Amino acid sequence: MSLEVLVFIIFNGLLYGMFLFMLSSGLTLIFGMMGILNFAHASFFMIGAYLGYQISENINFWIALIFAPMLVGIMGAMIEKYGLRNIHKYGHIAELLFTFGLFYIIEEMVQLIWGKTPVPYKVPEILNFPLIEISGMSYPAYSMFRLVISLLIFLAIYRVLAKTKTGLIIKASLTNPNMVAALGHNVPRVFSNVFGFGCALAGLAGVLAGNVIGTEPSMALLLGPIVFVVVVTGGLGSIKGALVASIIIGLIQTLTISMEYDLNSLINYLGFQIDINSTINHFTSLTLSQLSPIVPYILLIIVLIARPRGLFGKRDV
Amino acid sequence: MLNIKNLNAYYGKSHILQGVNLIVNEGEIVSLLGRNGVGRSTVIKSIMGMVKTDGSILFDGKQIIDLPIHQISNRGIAYVSENRDIFPDLTVYENLELGKKNNNSNIKWDIEELFDLFPNLKNRINVLGGVLSGGEQQMLTICRSLMGCPKLIMIDEPTEGLSPQMVNNVEKLLIKIAQKGVSILLVEQKLTIAFKLSKRLYVMGHGKVVYEGTPKNIKENQSIIKEWLEVS
Repeated sequence: MSLEVLVFIIFNGLLYGMFLFMLSSGLTLIFGMMGILNFAHASFFMIGAYLGYQISENINFWIALIFAPMLVGIMGAMIEKYGLRNIHKYGHIAELLFTFGLFYIIEEMVQLIWGKTPVPYKVPEILNFPLIEISGMSYPAYSMFRLVISLLIFLAIYRVLAKTKTGLIIKASLTNPNMVAALGHNVPRVFSNVFGFGCALAGLAGVLAGNVIGTEPSMALLLGPIVFVVVVTGGLGSIKGALVASIIIGLIQTLTISMEYDLNSLINYLGFQIDINSTINHFTSLTLSQLSPIVPYILLIIVLIARPRGLFGKRDV
Repeated sequence: MLNIKNLNAYYGKSHILQGVNLIVNEGEIVSLLGRNGVGRSTVIKSIMGMVKTDGSILFDGKQIIDLPIHQISNRGIAYVSENRDIFPDLTVYENLELGKKNNNSNIKWDIEELFDLFPNLKNRINVLGGVLSGGEQQMLTICRSLMGCPKLIMIDEPTEGLSPQMVNNVEKLLIKIAQKGVSILLVEQKLTIAFKLSKRLYVMGHGKVVYEGTPKNIKENQSIIKEWLEVS
């Protein structure tokens, strides 16, 4: 593998990793503070993508970039305040079922409004050009834009959590919300705000990625599992864990997708041969790039066996 | 200042407090005595809005029953739980910062005044709360509550599991707090400490107040001690 290819893989891996972080940071904070495993989190990502498309069509992409996440955030905060908060007294199973139902309602609503086929959500013209070209490979300007926005969002979250009183209240609520309330802080309002903020981040990820990966009604279903892999691998409730797990999964998945090695090459190297007509060849001929989609799940299993609380988690999964 | 009438509290279908009446006046240390499980901690949690209750809880003449926890706290009531409940992942300084709030209390505390009382906390200001000793954690939770400048502080078993030296420190702190005019509602199992610090005492049994009096009254009434306080 040449140095140029490696640089491109690292850039793409970072981009994918930061995209996963934007999606999973909200989910992990929501779980850490409220104990809610929000099944509908990826649905807010999908709403972000659709609103991004709609506002881009009617006004422009830059307005969509600002207002679509805000609308998704308000929607999330309302759902927490008027839905989840009332269900809280019935326990976590009821909350889980609520978010599960929400997932399907959002999917159906999206299909009713925008149809079952993908919508033509395009990359903004001003960013639709190759920024870097080396050895025939190009890195799009829009990808760099997404990477920069993701990094800025990470720095903003880090700064809020590390340097402000709001950050202190959020961090303290991760371990003992009742005591935070006993110190005079309005914890239910903090919960709504964090839920809304988490949804807004998912919405922003949707606006930024919907025009690259495709905006269609099944996008939440496709992305939902990987977000849970990130959150569980990083450790439920840990922002640092979400960041590290996102970057690791981003890099590993991008690296493996560009590798055409299979088990047969190793077997041949060791001096053995597999009959190409044998059943076992179906498995040994699978390349790393073909296996790439399941790599995060393999990582999840390894992490859970070695460290059941995830990389930085403090509570059991 | 605090006037509780006919307070009932429930955990699910269990009726824990059954018509508790209790008064705490300004600048007074009042202790709640009784054996384990009689409902002393539940009285404090009920005042704080952490338990389902009915009855009347007047604080500064205003009803606080059914208010959310943070609003009760912001009226000027602080709560130091039995489990200490420091935030283990935050530093001593950050724990203290979280205690700050704006209320209309005339009794103000600042961080330096608290550090003068507990130089140990000052030395460990950047240490995570989770690595402090039990005694230091107790000091931290009391100081954190004082940062909010409360008018009433409710402390559940503050000397539980502490060394004699630390118990001594806690006693001195409670006296200092009361001298500044803050009322204290103390749940304490060690009779010697409760007798030494309190102006008045309530003895609880089976979810009710079974005796009310001064330390002198109770010391002279051995039957109360035998029936409701002694552990055989």
